[in-house]
Amino acid sequence: MLSHILLSPWAPFMPPAKSDFAGSLDTLYGFIWWTMAFFFVIIVFLLFYLPYKYRRGDKPTLTPRITHNLALELTWSGIPALLIIVIAFWGFNLFVKAYVPPGGDVTEINVTGKQWAWSFEHKDGTVIPGELHVPVGRPVKLVMSSTDVIHSFFIPDFRVKSDVVPGRYSSIWFTPKEVGDHQVFCTEYCGDSHSAMLATVHVVTEEQYKETLENGGLPKEAPPAQRGALIYQRAGCVTCHTVDGVRLVGPTFKGIFGRTEQLVGGGSLTVDENYIRESILQPQAKIVAGFEGQQMPSFQGVLNDRQIGWIIEYLKTLK
Amino acid sequence: MTADAHAAHHHEDFYVEGGKGIWSWLTTLDHKRIGLMYLWSVLLFFFVGGMLALTIRLELMNPGKDFLTAKQYNEVFTLHGAIMIFLFLIPAIPAALGNFVLPLLLGAKDVAFPRLNLASYYIYVLGGIFMIYAIWMGRVDTGWTFYTPYSVKASSAVIPMVLGVFIIGFSSIFTGLNFIATIHKMRTPGMTWSKMPLFCWGMYATSLIQVLATPVLGITLVLLTMEKVWHIGLFDPERGGDPVLFQHFFWFYSHPAVYIMILPGMAVISEVIPTFSQKHIFGYKAIGFSSVAIAILGFLVWGHHMFVATQSQLASIIFSAITYLIGIPSAIKVFNWLATMYKGSVQLKTPMLYALSFIFLFTIGGLTGIFLACLAVDIHLTDTYFVVAHFHYVMMGGNAIGFLAGLHYWWPKMFGRMYNEKLAQIACALVFIGFNGTFLPQFVMGSRGMPRRYYDYLPEFHTMHMLSTMGSWVLALGFFLMAGYLLASLRVGAKAADNPWLGLTLEWQTASPPPLHNFEKQPIPKVGPYDYGYPVHEPKRVPGLGGKEIVHGTGD
Amino acid sequence: MAQEINRLPVTHGAHHEEEHSPFLQHHFASMDQQFEAGKLGMWIFLVTEVLLFGGLFGGYALMFSYHPAAFHEGHHHLDVKLGAINTVILIFSSLTMALAVRAAQTSNKQALIKYLIITFACACGFLVVKYFEYSHKIHEGLLPGTYYHYIHQTTPSDPHIGTYFAFYFMMTGVHGLHVIAGMSAIAWVLWRSLKGHFDRNYHAPVEITGLYWHLVDLIWIYLFPLLYLVR
Repeated sequence: MLSHILLSPWAPFMPPAKSDFAGSLDTLYGFIWWTMAFFFVIIVFLLFYLPYKYRRGDKPTLTPRITHNLALELTWSGIPALLIIVIAFWGFNLFVKAYVPPGGDVTEINVTGKQWAWSFEHKDGTVIPGELHVPVGRPVKLVMSSTDVIHSFFIPDFRVKSDVVPGRYSSIWFTPKEVGDHQVFCTEYCGDSHSAMLATVHVVTEEQYKETLENGGLPKEAPPAQRGALIYQRAGCVTCHTVDGVRLVGPTFKGIFGRTEQLVGGGSLTVDENYIRESILQPQAKIVAGFEGQQMPSFQGVLNDRQIGWIIEYLKTLK
Repeated sequence: MTADAHAAHHHEDFYVEGGKGIWSWLTTLDHKRIGLMYLWSVLLFFFVGGMLALTIRLELMNPGKDFLTAKQYNEVFTLHGAIMIFLFLIPAIPAALGNFVLPLLLGAKDVAFPRLNLASYYIYVLGGIFMIYAIWMGRVDTGWTFYTPYSVKASSAVIPMVLGVFIIGFSSIFTGLNFIATIHKMRTPGMTWSKMPLFCWGMYATSLIQVLATPVLGITLVLLTMEKVWHIGLFDPERGGDPVLFQHFFWFYSHPAVYIMILPGMAVISEVIPTFSQKHIFGYKAIGFSSVAIAILGFLVWGHHMFVATQSQLASIIFSAITYLIGIPSAIKVFNWLATMYKGSVQLKTPMLYALSFIFLFTIGGLTGIFLACLAVDIHLTDTYFVVAHFHYVMMGGNAIGFLAGLHYWWPKMFGRMYNEKLAQIACALVFIGFNGTFLPQFVMGSRGMPRRYYDYLPEFHTMHMLSTMGSWVLALGFFLMAGYLLASLRVGAKAADNPWLGLTLEWQTASPPPLHNFEKQPIPKVGPYDYGYPVHEPKRVPGLGGKEIVHGTGD
Repeated sequence: MAQEINRLPVTHGAHHEEEHSPFLQHHFASMDQQFEAGKLGMWIFLVTEVLLFGGLFGGYALMFSYHPAAFHEGHHHLDVKLGAINTVILIFSSLTMALAVRAAQTSNKQALIKYLIITFACACGFLVVKYFEYSHKIHEGLLPGTYYHYIHQTTPSDPHIGTYFAFYFMMTGVHGLHVIAGMSAIAWVLWRSLKGHFDRNYHAPVEITGLYWHLVDLIWIYLFPLLYLVR
């Protein structure tokens, strides 16, 4: 188990370094780690040795009156100060690099955070919720904003993070080193399903990237309902609506199609294609009784008509 | 000396002399009684906050839902944070212990403004009631930081919560104001600034922050309330406001507040270590000035909470640089405490064990702070469990352990009774082991990328969460044992000597517990607070309290 | 430091009478010490007040830089004349407060009472003017935040004008609360003056109330141009 945690003896406990920046950051992290470990060992040694060595017998003894020692005090202020200066400048330097992408061929992707899902808009207009596809070996810049509260976009394997703030844009960049999948977390507390606001980064080859954009991030040959199921996961529907009958923030999807629902403000309706479509695009139009005050965000501009169609097909399968 | 003091008693202790009955307590102007009322109140809230902490750990033992929903979990961690910070950590040492011992240490009869002191207690209680009302209304799930715009959209129960914090702020301001005036004007003749015990220096630095930072928090919370009620468009981006502005306002207070929490812990340790080493403190001036330096620098680093919050890079670099600077006075203190034990006569009684735990835990807290001060590394570590572990090492390992050191150190003075030393040492060991068991795994998972404030987590973090939860049980066991022997000591504890630890500061020169007006006659400090032992180049016993009487003092 | 020790009188004959002053609280050694402590306490409190308003000023400055047009438009709705009258009233009351302190120091009971009454009356005048201003604003719908609905103009020319009025009401409102607090303090001092408590040996409450009142005036002197004269 320890070997799993201690991937790198130089940078203890860090996740695998999967971007160029991650490698240089780990060098700094390791330098701090071992410097601090050195001081820690000295202090803890003294902490155990001094009380033992000078332990009291039956009665307190007279102790020498040592009030201060300027040379010693200057030494133990000066040495940490020097080390700190090294760490500080090293840190400043990398920090600036972390947020300023290199010029040239940078793939820009727009990221939108909302309670509680991420969606990614590629340059050709393809919007893929919950899954970030990026080409390997090229710098990628994410331009991020939020539609509701503050979120934070964090990819541990790339060592990048930035808050995602409503009403302004923030950005991060990284150059993935190899093909593979990486976890994305939301790291700014954003409400009930904060811990479910996850996404996956798929680092793929240049060809696969093109292909993915063409298919909207979905498997080529999958039937509509299966595609709908994927979107249900990725667009974050899953964070509020279960498919097993458990009530979360919103009504469960189990048996939703054809169900008769009581509405807030009286009246009822039978859930059909049009109601589902309306609820996705204008969630506040007709609210099911018992769910007053829940602020489901609109998916206008995130899901297109084809994607909504697949979701409807999926919901039909949930008996 | 002690025998003489007993013989010279003309007064009963303040429990008797101040009158009996609940009314004599509720209307008391005696700093000792107000300190004790604060003490029981903060302990009560510490218990509540602690139970919430155990609830959090229990829920996190396994991924997914155990017994709380996500909503409930979010409310629990919000309340845990708010209660621990505003109702326990901030008042624990200054308002509870400080109120009791500060005038004694200064040789004063009381604080400068006794009525203001009592008022500050009732304001604290009122603020607590508001917060409890908010809990009863339900749905306060913003985190103790009340970040906008989430808090603007959140339920209206946030308003009484925020007002509760606002009210408690005034209690804190009044305590700080009182202490500054007391330290300036109430010192007994002969106690110059440089003869003042370091606890008083620590209180002075703390009070400066309380007075200068808390008003800004107050107005920030008023603005937040107005944003919720009037939608004034200051913090809400939907109305042209700036949500990050709230973070600047909030941390302008709340970062200095971190030093309101840690400086008193350091202040206690600076008393306990010389006494139990029977040795002059090493670097009196360095420790005193470093407290004030930390207090001042503490005002200039609030932006280090926002390195990834879209603040400008230049601002981040400046805040980071000043943050490192705080590391230096902190390191100086640790080395000074260690050097004080050198060639001392060290006795490992419970307060001293807590003091040593403090150094261990605070060192971890401080050293991990360097990771977070480092801009580039902070990108990865901020908002993860690394931060959670870091601030628990500083806040709990620093403030709470410092509070326990002080509580055990001054317990005989406050109640005139000794606790069971053996049980106390066992409890101290349990707290130490449990604390490290709870929070060391959190550093590991934090580095691995586990975000904070997560109700659910990926299976790869399961082992560490499990370890952390089991650590919290050991910690809880230690605290329950402590509650047991401390309460028992009030009934069955041996009578405490006036000076059980052979201290030189003035509180040990009066009875345990002290009379109503603290001293039989105006105390004149003949020697400095740390004049143990004899001069290095002059191997003679200094007259008075410094040498001879220490050796022959009535020990434990 | 030596001076400080000397100031704590242990056996000073000259202070003997003061030590038995009925207004000496038990925990102070002398009237001097009590007065010094009280004054220091008030100065510290004034610092906290400045910081409290500092937060409001900070928010105002930022919002002004975000939405300058709204703030310019907002101030046109304020009556500069009424604001100026209130400024004069407060400055005058500061003067009478200072004279009251002087009167206490010279044991002039008659003058002390007179000046305190004038100061109190000025404070009342200030609040009356404020009352007319507030009711006018409320009547016209010049209200904070989303409550803004100016009755003479259905659509506001700037969407953020509610922010301006939020600051107007918060700043003047918090200041108004301070005026009321100051009036309570003045009333208390006045009551004690009538009972003849103050003379040249004991007048700390008058001085300390005076300090507070000067701060209340000073804050208004900043508020007036910020809110009424903004350009």
